[in-house]
Amino acid sequence: MSRGVFGAIVARDLRLAARRRVDALLPIGFFAVAASMFPFGVGSEPNLLRQLAPGVVWVCALLASLLSVQQLYGGDFADGSLDQMLVGGTSAWTIAVAKAASHWLVTGVPLVAATPLFGLLFGLDAAAIATLALSLLLGTPILALLGGLGAALTLGLRSAGMLLILVVLPLTVPALILGAGAVVAVESSLSPRAHLSLLGALLIFSALLAPPATAAALRIATE
Amino acid sequence: MSPSVRSSRLPNPLSNPLRLTTFASPVRFHALTGALLPWLWAVCLLLGAAGLYIGFFVAPTDATQGDSYRIIFIHVPAAWMSMLLYLMMAGWAAIGWAFNARLASMLARAIAPTGAMFTFMALWTGALWGKPTWGTWWVWDARLTSELILLFLYFGYMALVAAIDDPRRADQAGALVAIVGAVNVPIIYFSVKWWNTLHQGATISMTAAPKMASTMLTAMLLMTFAFWAYAFAVVFTRTRAIVLERERHTDWVGALVTRRPGEQR
Repeated sequence: MSRGVFGAIVARDLRLAARRRVDALLPIGFFAVAASMFPFGVGSEPNLLRQLAPGVVWVCALLASLLSVQQLYGGDFADGSLDQMLVGGTSAWTIAVAKAASHWLVTGVPLVAATPLFGLLFGLDAAAIATLALSLLLGTPILALLGGLGAALTLGLRSAGMLLILVVLPLTVPALILGAGAVVAVESSLSPRAHLSLLGALLIFSALLAPPATAAALRIATE
Repeated sequence: MSPSVRSSRLPNPLSNPLRLTTFASPVRFHALTGALLPWLWAVCLLLGAAGLYIGFFVAPTDATQGDSYRIIFIHVPAAWMSMLLYLMMAGWAAIGWAFNARLASMLARAIAPTGAMFTFMALWTGALWGKPTWGTWWVWDARLTSELILLFLYFGYMALVAAIDDPRRADQAGALVAIVGAVNVPIIYFSVKWWNTLHQGATISMTAAPKMASTMLTAMLLMTFAFWAYAFAVVFTRTRAIVLERERHTDWVGALVTRRPGEQR
């Protein structure tokens, strides 16, 4: 039952994303433009850009993820289907996980796929690019889970977007440190495994704790 | 509100047998804190004056840092308060959410600005201390950075609570954010610490400070208790305002407002 509901929510969100292709592509567009702004600001010196690359790519991915997540529950909340799902006995936990999963599929996966391109733009070598993509592969689900929590908390509020970012950004600091740190480690010819292992641990921790918190936030918001 | 409150005379807070929940009643809380406030301010001023006197005039000059270290008597208690108040805020918010205790939620909401103020004070005095000691206003040291993130957590809580108009939803959502933040604080601290050791060599270690003169410890403890009294006084004052605002439709608040000056409390 709950697996069927999970699949149904994810499939529906993916279909909605496929129908509104430009909306679905906005985060990756934001990511591309924002990351390309940095060389204009700091100069085109290759070594400097290579040093900045992991942090810039990670922060832009973070912002792209959090800026796009605010509407995760917005549509369902506005047309009442969120209430219907909760009243109809779908566990809020299932909704939270399914929504985070669909947001990751729509936003996180394209960000990971686009990473190599930006690695090349910033002059990273192959090993660093692979690590960057891997760290984002582990990190973007964390961002989707935390962003889902923020979206549920700020559901239907004035200036929900800024609020979500203010509330959620401090919580993403560990993911940012570990993700960008893995690439820095590779560049100073150290093994990134410690960083990536801890990032994986953080993903498990978020996957365990963020859905119940999101479920509670959904119940608070729709009460 | 209970029927006994309808009369214009306010009940004596101590007339009933004391229970754990006695002061969870906004009426009794309002009366009790009203009586406590002058004492709290007196304690705050006395201990603060004593602590500052000992800290600035009695405590010996530091061998390596000269007199600039004396800001420690404000800096360290402020940093302690900033962390403690966050836990207090999360704790009261959780109690308010779990047991539907409205006063606990109001208390949590009242703690947040004071906690943020102490966090900012710890950062600011830290910068003032860092300039003569380290030669820079700011280093991305693990402690400083975590304190900065703590300030952002306070901001997030206050912004979220202020953005929600329905008090019940605001209290519950705030409680959730405060708890999530409290769970994350250790993770943030350790990740920042790790990041810091990776990025730069050890800065001046504050943990390996030489043994402290007893007058310094006395001054620091006095200041800590002064800050405690200040925090209680300000938080109670703010909670009283929130209580009056939220209970403005009740008879006891009406009676309080229409009471003639000089009449018994």
